[in-house]
Amino acid sequence: MADEKIKSSEITPESVYLNRRNFMRAGLIAGTTFATGLAYRFFNQPPPPEVETAKIETVKTTENILSEADKPNSFKEITNYNNFYEFSTAKSSVAEYAKDFVTRPWTVEIGGMVNKPKTFDIEELLKFEQEERIYRFRCVEGWSMVIPWVGFPLKKLLDQVEPLGKAKYVAFQTYYDKKQMPNGRYAGIDLPYVEGLRLDEANHNLTILATGLYGKQMPNQNGAPIRLVVPWKYGFKSIKSIVKITLTDVEPPTTWNISIPNEYGFYSNVNPEVSHPRWSQATEQRIGEFSRRKTLMFNGYGDEVAKLYEGMDLRKNF
Amino acid sequence: MQDFKFNKILISLNAFVPLILFMWDGFRGNLGTNPIEFFLRTTGVLTLVFLLITLAVTPLRKIFRWNGLIKYRRMLGLYAFFYGTLHLITYSIFDKSLSVSAIVSDTFQRPFIAVGMLAFTLMIPLAVTSTNAMIKRLGKRWGKLHKLTYLVAIGGVVHFYLIVKSDIFYPVVFGLILLILLGYRFFEANKPSVKQTKLSS
Repeated sequence: MADEKIKSSEITPESVYLNRRNFMRAGLIAGTTFATGLAYRFFNQPPPPEVETAKIETVKTTENILSEADKPNSFKEITNYNNFYEFSTAKSSVAEYAKDFVTRPWTVEIGGMVNKPKTFDIEELLKFEQEERIYRFRCVEGWSMVIPWVGFPLKKLLDQVEPLGKAKYVAFQTYYDKKQMPNGRYAGIDLPYVEGLRLDEANHNLTILATGLYGKQMPNQNGAPIRLVVPWKYGFKSIKSIVKITLTDVEPPTTWNISIPNEYGFYSNVNPEVSHPRWSQATEQRIGEFSRRKTLMFNGYGDEVAKLYEGMDLRKNF
Repeated sequence: MQDFKFNKILISLNAFVPLILFMWDGFRGNLGTNPIEFFLRTTGVLTLVFLLITLAVTPLRKIFRWNGLIKYRRMLGLYAFFYGTLHLITYSIFDKSLSVSAIVSDTFQRPFIAVGMLAFTLMIPLAVTSTNAMIKRLGKRWGKLHKLTYLVAIGGVVHFYLIVKSDIFYPVVFGLILLILLGYRFFEANKPSVKQTKLSS
């Protein structure tokens, strides 16, 4: 038998063995932390690049009714923090999912209790005299922004179709296309999204149909090509991407009210005294700030709109 | 270095990855539009993730006969407590401006806050009694006390479920995983032993 003694050169020297073990450990550290990092990134993706939209010629800039304390939020903030459940229930993901939303051709059908029902092409609506309106925007979730909208008073459109005397409410409907909005099925709310206003609220000068912001046509994620803005109500009343407006004599159903009636009322005026089961409405976090501000009654538009609700119990009609 | 020590470091490094990436994004101004909400949500989700991993230790250990796993359970539970504490601190500072009365009234007014507070409070005795000395001192009672972890996890998932407005996908995912982990324990506890089977036949 040959000498079975292992040659000393075949024994792995301790230093090599340790090196190999250290190498494997370094690999484990690198591999697992990289995987954890990827998982984190998967759930927290950076915002997509900004999409340029066409400029809007504004003929009128209304005198700024806001104080110094209400500086407009940046375009980036306004376009990367959106509640638009048809595209995604994550506010930071809507911009990405809505980036290919096709908004041409687009028509808005106006009918119901009117003398002259009409279907407007979006290009016609963009020819209305466009004004800049810088409004506070208060979400029911307890955050707020200041947004320089571009648009025109809803009243101007309603006047063209001539509401009948018996019309008391205006109902709105958002576009819904399962092909373009595949995530809509996971929204957890009935779609298409519907909203409504009392006719006097709709005719109020502060109520606008917005066609853009920061002087440019509406970004998809903010409700392109045309949306409602009612600055003294919680944001969900300001319905996006409108395709249908109907005048009626009964209070129209509204999406969030159908979903959870004890949390979201028909009126949904900003009211720091009426608490929400999930969020205190006494304060709000202005996007860009790190401490909370007091929420103002009617979002600070009480002088203009309080008279619409004279004699009403706003706790009952929340 | 022993493998045990190395594995602990490996787990800790991974546990801190989300926090490090958060700070990195912060330095570069990439925290998105509402960093407060983002941090609040992230720490909340991480608390649940670590709670579920902690609860997965026993089933994995038994199914794969991987007994060594038990040595890492304490630190996993403590990371759940760590992220839960960050979650509560974030809420107290930025949501409630450190006002005790506001926090108390929030707790009594809002069911989801009440459930979250209860779940967090139950974690405190568990963290306090996690030392070797305490385990020895409490003896058998330690095991009973630490069954509270089940309540903490259930409370955490319910808290998550109550805060989402309509899209319940993630709370339901967490809920299903928890159901499997607790269900495993239930069936294990009620499984007739071999001896009993023999006697009855």
